[in-house]
Amino acid sequence: MGSGVNVLGKVGSIFTDSCHTAGGVFLLLGDTLRSMFRYRIRWDQLWEQMFFIGIRSQVVVLTTGAFTGAVFAAQVWFQFKRFGMESAIGPTVSIAMCRELGPVLCCLLLAGRVGAAMAAELSSMKITEQVDALRALGVYPTEYLIVPRFLALVISAPILTGLALVTGIGCGYFVAVKIFGVDGAYYWDNTIKFTDSKDVVIALIKSFIFAVIIAAIACHKGMNCPPGTAGVGKTTTEAVVNASLSLLIVNFFLTVLLNALLYSN
Amino acid sequence: MLQLKEIRKSMGGQEVLRGVNLKLGEAEKVVVIGRSGCGKSVMLRVIMGLLQPDSGEVFFEGKKLTGLSEEAWNPYRRKIGMLFQGAALFDSLSVFQNLAFPLREQGEKSEKVLREKVAEALKIVSLSGTEEKMPAELSGGMKKRAALARAIISRPDIMLYDEPTTGLDPIVADSINRLILHLGKMFGMASIVVTHDMVSARMVGDRISYLHEGKIYFEGTPEQVDRCEDPLVRDFVRGHAEGIGITG
Repeated sequence: MGSGVNVLGKVGSIFTDSCHTAGGVFLLLGDTLRSMFRYRIRWDQLWEQMFFIGIRSQVVVLTTGAFTGAVFAAQVWFQFKRFGMESAIGPTVSIAMCRELGPVLCCLLLAGRVGAAMAAELSSMKITEQVDALRALGVYPTEYLIVPRFLALVISAPILTGLALVTGIGCGYFVAVKIFGVDGAYYWDNTIKFTDSKDVVIALIKSFIFAVIIAAIACHKGMNCPPGTAGVGKTTTEAVVNASLSLLIVNFFLTVLLNALLYSN
Repeated sequence: MLQLKEIRKSMGGQEVLRGVNLKLGEAEKVVVIGRSGCGKSVMLRVIMGLLQPDSGEVFFEGKKLTGLSEEAWNPYRRKIGMLFQGAALFDSLSVFQNLAFPLREQGEKSEKVLREKVAEALKIVSLSGTEEKMPAELSGGMKKRAALARAIISRPDIMLYDEPTTGLDPIVADSINRLILHLGKMFGMASIVVTHDMVSARMVGDRISYLHEGKIYFEGTPEQVDRCEDPLVRDFVRGHAEGIGITG
């Protein structure tokens, strides 16, 4: 009986903590959107963050996109050649990259690279009183710290996802046509024939929403860091784990919703 | 000029401030002493609007500040400078950018004016020529002085010092104390200095307030504090641990 109550208590505590965190994330998101319109955009901060997120993430995102496309094309070729369906590799790779692999993998990498950096930087500023110093100098921290990071990520993520799609599909073509000898003309023809512009729209919508999730969770964690250096490590880990899990869970609902909306006929 | 009335504040389920009353006159220097964790820094944060009190009121130049929104606070924050315990320089910005920051926020765009004002502020704190250094390249005392220069660059009416000499060697600590006195004389700034360094308290304070169990327990001039026979005040001033039951 006692252990049952304990388990219930722990489950209840985890649930209330999760609700508290989710509430904090939504409040920060609301405050960020409000600050975007209430204050001037700090373009220098925005460019700096765009450079860090958009430019400095390219190597990792493009490499992931390229090898995901290549590996997926190879796996599909091994299965499809048994049924003589090699010409279907192109659309299979292309649709899978657009609808799932491109946005999900690209944004998981961004959650790791950018989410961790955001949470670590903001929490370091928090524990060294730099956030309080900003307020003491009459600057609203959401406007100065969160808005540029949020905007930079939601602008960069769809662009990076687009680049990951291009490299993934391109590398899939290279593996299928140049290494496994699939007919190139058929490959492209089928890829273009069966890949809809809606597939690309799904990729961009997903990556935009994932970017909102990553930025909101990482910034919320950073701005609510517990005191001490141990808090920075804990905050950073929690930001990456929470953002990654939220992204994967939301992906399921987005997949169902976007397919229902875009392919209802 | 500044008045705290019955300020109460709880943090983490513990009542840290239990009805603090404090007055600060024009160009007056008040030192708040007290043991670690007694709520001295919390009091400064309440004055600065960084923490909202649970009850009580803060008045500045007759205007009630408690309950104001974050945005409504900002004009008053520009009249109150604060030196944080850890200096709180923005570590991604150079010393020049740190000092120019408050001026830029107040709309100053001329690079020439910014350079002149930053150079003047750095000269006051004896840090001329460090404009292009990053905070990580400065020693603890230099960081405090640079942070002080940033706090005074827009000439606030009141300066709040949160443990300005903690962690500094006695020579550097003395230089910070002299700087606090110098700024008071030079610009007529009133100041509240929170510290548990009695050398600093005697040197810079016109008046010393002893904060104990969330209230101002004793108030007087440095001489009155030194002569005070109340065991709590006497043990703190003389640095005796017997009063809290720890003996060698």
